[in-house]
Formats: sequence, C-alpha cells, structure tokens
Amino acid sequence: MAGAPGLPEIVAGVILLALMVYVLLAGADFGGGVWDLFAGGPRRKRQRDVIAHAIGPVWEANHVWMIVAVVLLFTAFPRAFSVIMTALHVPVTVMLVGIVLRGSSFVVRKLDEEIEEERVSLGGPGPESGPGPGWQITFAVSSLVTPVMLGVILGTLSTPAIGYEDGVVTGGFLRPWLQPFPWTVGFLTLALFAWLAAIYLTLETRDPELRDDFRRRGLGSGAAVGLLGGLAAVLGRGAAPEVSGHLLGTLAGQAMVVVGLLSWIGAMVLLARRHWVLARLAAGSTTLALLAGWGFGMYPWLVAGAVSIPEAAAPDVTLRLVLAILAAGTFLLVPAFAYLYWVFKKQVLFPGRG
Amino acid sequence: MSDLLAARSQMALSLAFHIVFAAIGIGLPVLMVLAEAAWLRTGKDVYRRLTRAWSKGLALLFAVGAVSGTVLSFELGLLWPRFMEVAGPVIGMPFSLEGLAFFTEAIFLGIYLYGWDRISRGAHLAAGIVVALSGAASALFVLSVNGWMNSPTGFLPGEGAPVIDPVAAMTNPFWIANTIHMVLAAYIVTGFGAAALHALKLLKDPKSELHRAALRLAVGLGALTALLQPLSGDITARMVAQEQPAKLAAMEAHFETGPCAPLNLGGLPNEETGEVRWALQVPCGLSLLVAKDPDAVITGLNDIPRDEWPPVAPVHIAFQVMVGIGMLLVALGLWGGWRIVRGEPLVEPRWMLWAFLAAGPLAVVAMQAGWVVTEVGRQPWIIYGHMRTADAVTPMPGLVVPFTLFTLLYLFLTVVVVLLMLRLARSVDAREARIQAEAERPSETGATSS
Repeated sequence: MAGAPGLPEIVAGVILLALMVYVLLAGADFGGGVWDLFAGGPRRKRQRDVIAHAIGPVWEANHVWMIVAVVLLFTAFPRAFSVIMTALHVPVTVMLVGIVLRGSSFVVRKLDEEIEEERVSLGGPGPESGPGPGWQITFAVSSLVTPVMLGVILGTLSTPAIGYEDGVVTGGFLRPWLQPFPWTVGFLTLALFAWLAAIYLTLETRDPELRDDFRRRGLGSGAAVGLLGGLAAVLGRGAAPEVSGHLLGTLAGQAMVVVGLLSWIGAMVLLARRHWVLARLAAGSTTLALLAGWGFGMYPWLVAGAVSIPEAAAPDVTLRLVLAILAAGTFLLVPAFAYLYWVFKKQVLFPGRG
Repeated sequence: MSDLLAARSQMALSLAFHIVFAAIGIGLPVLMVLAEAAWLRTGKDVYRRLTRAWSKGLALLFAVGAVSGTVLSFELGLLWPRFMEVAGPVIGMPFSLEGLAFFTEAIFLGIYLYGWDRISRGAHLAAGIVVALSGAASALFVLSVNGWMNSPTGFLPGEGAPVIDPVAAMTNPFWIANTIHMVLAAYIVTGFGAAALHALKLLKDPKSELHRAALRLAVGLGALTALLQPLSGDITARMVAQEQPAKLAAMEAHFETGPCAPLNLGGLPNEETGEVRWALQVPCGLSLLVAKDPDAVITGLNDIPRDEWPPVAPVHIAFQVMVGIGMLLVALGLWGGWRIVRGEPLVEPRWMLWAFLAAGPLAVVAMQAGWVVTEVGRQPWIIYGHMRTADAVTPMPGLVVPFTLFTLLYLFLTVVVVLLMLRLARSVDAREARIQAEAERPSETGATSS
C-alpha cells in the first residue's frame, strides 16, 4: 500500500463518503417504501401516513448523494465508470427503472391523495377511479427492487469476475453478477435499508402503538441484516477473496468488523429496550462500519482485480478542481442541508425539545 | 435495428423526455415566485391560491425531471462508455457544479413545497427564488458540457494520455450563447405551456379569477422571452457558422460554397443530388444573416468530407420548424405583451384563447426541434472533430431491449403526468367554484338588508 494518500485516494474517499450519506439518508427512504409494502394490522393507514410524511420533504435532496457519487466517479475515475457501466449494464438499467418508478410513483400518489382529500372536503362523491392502489404497489415494489440492484452492483464490484484487459471488459455481461454473492449483498442492502427506516420511523411519531409497530419491524429486519451479513461474510471468502482477506486479515479491517458487530448488537438491544435515539445512533454506526469496512477491503481497487484507484485516476488538474468544487460545495450545501433538516426534522432529531 | 441506432434512439428519447421536465423545472419556479410576490405585495388571495396550485404541479414535474435526469447521468456510461472515459476528466467540472446546483434546487424545493406553515413568508419566498436561480444555474452547467461536445476546447488528444484543461473546456465558445438560448427556451415553454393549460380552462369559464391571473403571468413571461429569443438565436447561429460549418450548412441546406449564399426557407434537401426542392429562396439571405454582408462566402457541404456530413434533411427541417414556430410565438408575444401593457384582458377576443392553447404544445415542439438541430447536427461526431459517435458506443449487445423498455416507461409516465395535471386543474376549479359561490352569497344578503 502507498504511504500518504494522494489526490486519487482522497477523491475515492469522498466517493465512499457520499455513498455512506446516501445509504444513511436515501437508504432509509427506500426502506420506508418497503414498510409501506408491508404495512398491516389495525394501524395500516397510519403507518403509511407516517412513512409518507417522513420521506416527503427530504427524499429528493437525499437522492442527490447518488448523483454526487456518480459524477465524482466519472470525473475522477473515468475508466472505472466506463467498465462498471459496460459490465453491469443490466443491473444498472434495472436499478434506474426502479429509481424512476419509485420517485414518480411517490409524487403521483401524493398528489393523487391531495386531490382526493380536496374533493372530499368540498363534499364531492366517494373516491373516483384514480390511479390509487396501482401506485401504492409501484411505489412499494420499486422501493424493494432498487436497493437489491444497488447491492448486486456493489457486490459484483467486490468479486474479481468483471475482468478488464486492453480496454475490453472480459467477464461478459451476465455471468459476473448472476452469482450467489452479489445477490446476498443485494438482499443485505435491502435488509439494511429497511432496518434503518424502521429505526428512524420510531422517532417520526409520538404514538406509542405505531412506535411499537416499527420496533417490531426493526427487530425483524435487524435480524435479517445479521443473517445476511454473516452469509455475505462466509460467501465472500470464496467469491471476493481479496476484499475478504484484506478486511479480515488486517488489524484495521478486524477493528471495523468488531465495531460493526458491536454496533449491530447494541442497536438491537437498544431497540428492544425502546431507547429510540440511541438505537438510531447505533444503527448508523453499524452502517458506517459496514461501508467503511467494504471500502477498506476494496482498497486499492475500484473494480476488484480489474481497475485500481491509481490506474483509473484522472489527471491531477481534474482532481484538484474537483476537490476545490467539493470544498466550495460543502461550504454552500452543508448549511442548506442542515436548514432543510432543521425545518422538517427538528422534533425527530432533537426529540427532547419538541 | 443496429445497436448503435438503438443507443442513439435511447439517448434521444431520454433527452427529449427529460428536457421538457427540466425546462419546466427552470421556468415554473419563476412563475410561482412571481405569483407569490404578487400575493405578498397586493394581498390578493387569488395569487396565494395560484401559487399553491402551481407548486403542486411543480412537485410532480420536478420529481419526474429529477429521476429522468438521474437516468441520463447513468446512460452516458451505459450507452457511451468510451466517450465518458475520455470526456469525464475534461468536462467533469461543469457536471460537478451542475450536481451542486441540482442539490441546492432539491433542498430548497423541499423547503418551499413542504414549508408553507413552518417558515416565515419572506423565508418562503426566498426559498422559491433560490429554486428558480439554481434551476437556471443547472442549465448553465449542463449547457457547458453540451457546448464542449460541439466545440471541444481544452482537449488535445495525442499519443498516450490527452492533454486537458478543464477550465478551458468549461468556458468553450458555445457555453454562454447556448445557455442563454436554452434558458430563454425554458421560460418560453413554461410560459406558453402554462398559458395553454389556463386558456383551456378559460374557454370553459372566461370569468375565473384564478385562471385570468394565471394567464396574465404566464403570457407575460412567455411574451417577454419569446421576443428576446430571436436575438439569442442570431448570436448562436453565427457561432455555429464559425465553429461548425458543417452543421450550419445542414441547417440551411446549403450545398455549394460561395458568396451571396441564398437563404432556403422551408424545402426538402436531397443529400444525393445536392438540390433543395420546394424552398423559398432569399438571394444572398444566408450571407447577410451570418456575416451581415451579401458578398460573404459561406462554406457549403461540398467543401466538407462526405463522411463528416450530418444528416441534412432532418437538421434542415428541424431548424425550419424551430424558427417558424419561434416567429409565431413572437407574433403572439407581441399581441399578448401589448394587451398586458395596456391593461386589457387576454381572454378577448375568444379565438386568442385558442391561439394560446396551440402555442403551448408548439413551444415544446420548437424546443425539441432545436435540440435535434444541435444534436443531430453534431453527427457523426460525439466530440466534434475528435471522436465519432459510432466509436463511443458500448459493446453491450441487444440494446434494442433497454430502448424498448425506456420507450414504454416514458410513454407511460407522459400519459400519467398529463392526466394527473388535468385532474389537478379540475380539483383547483372545484375549489374556485366554491370560493366564487361563497363570495357571491354575502353580497346578496347585504343587498337585501340595505
């Protein structure tokens, strides 16, 4: 490994950071869609209202973190972008369809409901044949498919299956991602998003019954995170030997694994005992440890065994400009983003003062 | 269908779909802010109701724009990986800045749409202004990328790694001219598009206070920008003449280099024979327009290698369509602007409402035609003079499948959005009818008691 990190490593670190924020924020928006699909019991309608209310003002801003990661990737590591988009054309396309359908069905459904409420408040007749349940299903299913495909993509990048020689992708267009390991990571991603959403949602309502609904969902999906995480670790030894070896064979890697495991156990115990705020912090810490561990294991690869950070890096002039823009952007956007969350999530983020 | 054609079709479809929502995302916040400012200034409740109605529409249209824009950022790599491998480091800077602008727009739109009861009126209006400004800023940065594809400065490919200068690439010759042309187009499309929707409603109920107020603001924006657009178009066309003679020759169906070049109005060019049939020719018109000199020599397609010609007929026809519609909108803008300045209603004579109804879709057609001119006119290049589109396409086979998939998806979304906007308008009408009824009742009781 190189000594001090150079410009390419710093930009790669920022991409990982953008991915972390995306998972922590947008991941929970997708997870909310999963709980919309599994809304049930006597409080079904209220569960869905809490979910829609929680996602509404923030999902578009949260979604931009993915754009940030993609733009940074093609600007700073153009070859990695080119190889990933070529080899993983199919799962990326499916993910895109999911992104389009999730976003549009969410707003269509919301506007549809507003129009209906307006009509009823004006004393109109009962529900007319609006888009209705079809949008409910579209929203929920696309919230389910998109995280799985994102996980499949990240999982495949960790395996040496893609292959790249002399400017040509050698692993084929289907075989690399049609393997058990990428799909395990796919379902792990889904479980993680659902888990984060359930834990966040306990703070989006003051209704103790609803909180317990989301608590149960959090415990269930948290167990799934543990199981799928364990399975991914086992499968990863064979499927992604280099990443796995780097993660489990070095002290720093082992430390991240331990932090991740302890955070996960902590989050589950805290959730079970209804310490909502602490459970949320522990779940966030689990997620960060997981992604940091993955990034650490991947180093120095962007596509395992095929494209590395130094090989794919754009000229220094580009990297410097990109970092300058990021610095300026941080200066402008962090206050704006903080303002957004302050306006809408004050009570959620600082429940003591509500 | 070959993979290259499928890739080009998918890209064209995705751009054509996205540009409508992107344009509305730039223009509608301006209308919304104007309406809200009118409410704050005059205190007339109709402007508050109009702002809310428009912002509900914007919530839907912006979201579709955001997700279809995401698709495009991935499609650059899914369809043109070899282009992005070369272009990424060169034009990543404007793309990154566009990301920031989009981020700002998404954040403040969230605050605007959901923050009516949570922040002060001034802060709310300010959030709307930030949305409008960041929308225009997005256009500025995306148009820089497109300008670079057409005039690739700051990029010297050679043996080994190309020498690049991202700042020179970003500040390419087309950048500012194209941005102004597109931002004006966005305001025209939004202005006349909104005017069309409200004209449709006014045809049924010419007295509606809300639709009348909406029509004035929408036509005002559309008229002002439609009148400015020919100036911007003239600057842009002369820049094309300088940077991309092949594109200009295709736009004008100009086959023979020479002085006193005629201007072909309409007509159908034949690439094989180099003739233009059924065109109205203005002698020396092209030389006059491009160089302000009837004797100026204008490069014709005959001086351009045959394998570097863009498809002539589509580019020429699209250009005629854009300019033709542009002229109609100028005329309509003059009439509408005159009535607004004189404080006369726009709902009379009634046939003018039909004109506004037609102008909305026509403005969209003109904008799409303009993009056909730019993008088809750039062919066969993806980076003008450096990389051919055919060399940039992905090796992935079966591209007709994703093309079909996205065609169906976007057709479906178009239908959904149109139906929902009409339903939203109906719902707004129902509320307006209630308000009107309530407004009439007290005055009646007042009349009887006096």
